[in-house]
Amino acid sequence: MIALVDYGAGNLTSVRKALAAIDAAVFTPDRPGALEAARAVIVPGVGHFAATRPLDEGWRAAMHAGLAAGRPLLGICVGLQWFFDGSAEEPGLPGLGLFPGVCTRLGTGTPPALKVPHVGWNSLTLPRASRLFDGVANDAQVYFTHSYAAPVVTDTVAICEYGVPFSAAVERGLVSAVQFHPEKSGDVGLRVLKNWVQGLTDQRTTAGAR
Amino acid sequence: MLSKRIIACLDVRDGRVVKGVNFEGLREAGDPAALARRYNVEGIDEIVILDVTATLEARQARAQTIRAVAQEIFLPLAVGGGIRTEDDAAAAIEAGADKVSLNTAALQQPALITTLAQRYGSQAVVVAIDAKREGGHFGVYVRSGSTGTARDAVDWAREAADRGAGEILLTSIDKDGTRSGFDCEMTAAVSTAVPIPVIASGGAGTFEHFAEVFTTGCADAALAASIFHFNEHSVVALKQFLAARGVPVRL
Repeated sequence: MIALVDYGAGNLTSVRKALAAIDAAVFTPDRPGALEAARAVIVPGVGHFAATRPLDEGWRAAMHAGLAAGRPLLGICVGLQWFFDGSAEEPGLPGLGLFPGVCTRLGTGTPPALKVPHVGWNSLTLPRASRLFDGVANDAQVYFTHSYAAPVVTDTVAICEYGVPFSAAVERGLVSAVQFHPEKSGDVGLRVLKNWVQGLTDQRTTAGAR
Repeated sequence: MLSKRIIACLDVRDGRVVKGVNFEGLREAGDPAALARRYNVEGIDEIVILDVTATLEARQARAQTIRAVAQEIFLPLAVGGGIRTEDDAAAAIEAGADKVSLNTAALQQPALITTLAQRYGSQAVVVAIDAKREGGHFGVYVRSGSTGTARDAVDWAREAADRGAGEILLTSIDKDGTRSGFDCEMTAAVSTAVPIPVIASGGAGTFEHFAEVFTTGCADAALAASIFHFNEHSVVALKQFLAARGVPVRL
């Protein structure tokens, strides 16, 4: 079973539905210790970075311990942002620090002024092969809705551009994350989720690899 | 590049899709879930359910409609009509909506915009504005376009954005159901005044109308109902037309 972490940040209905559509069984852990029963963990999220506040030391420790024990992690939207060091949206609230850098507000750069939130379908650039985007075309479009974005880092496997280039997806070892909403991105989104779920089997044999 | 969105609107009453001219004389167009399934296949970018005659008693029915539509699509889904309280919004979101669209309630209690934006994020809060040309400006109407307010559409859109709305859904009452083209002047006036995306609605009749509203109208998205419901125009053909005209779309 995959643990879908519900920390009260909006609605898990769509993520559940998408995972059901690809035959992935999920449960919602009620405490950090419950993650031990999971084969993998999804940190969803939508909205404000401050919503990650309930993911306290207990949850953070359980996720780190899970990684050490070979349990993969997938972040979605704010989940991706939380995997970085933090966000300018809520300074002082640390992320999990799996990827370096702080998320910054979109649309603050030079003109032309951009509408924020960045809402809608935007295209991906895939700088290298990755597990998540296996079989997905370069330039494929996915659905975004967010005001803050994570920087492009070494582990960025999909780049999107909205005024500035940002990490649309990152992948390193057992950790994957997407800024867009795969559960709202039609067939491309389902493909990305399916790739991640299929990858869980392979990853078990390389547990702990970072 | 960010695509211009083509949004299909399902005007629902008593669990069935209806579409009228100028909000009156509704005629039936079908089962919302069946339509959503078709749009999903055809490449629509987003779906909006507007419960045009939502009443207190209709709440239960609305949740069922949302669930049925959400079951069919892996696309963004917005729900509006009769969302007056935080509880109404929560029920819609729980049933599978990604966004709620506030209209009358936002005008009557603008603090609701902020409450919902804080709880679900701005991206989940759409403020719907129904407006009509009045002399030199665009007057805001409520209750399905039947009641005037003292508000100007541009001012109200700005305030809604300041209060935390993530998008504006702007409907021209003059154009709604006429198929004579979007009110590009009004759309541009609002779209250039606010820092958030604006969805143009009311008046879609031809592919050219969409090209106009995305260029001179400065719209970020365009919404239509009847031209899609009756199979008169396919979403794919519309997008191919727009792409050929240099409008970025998802194909």
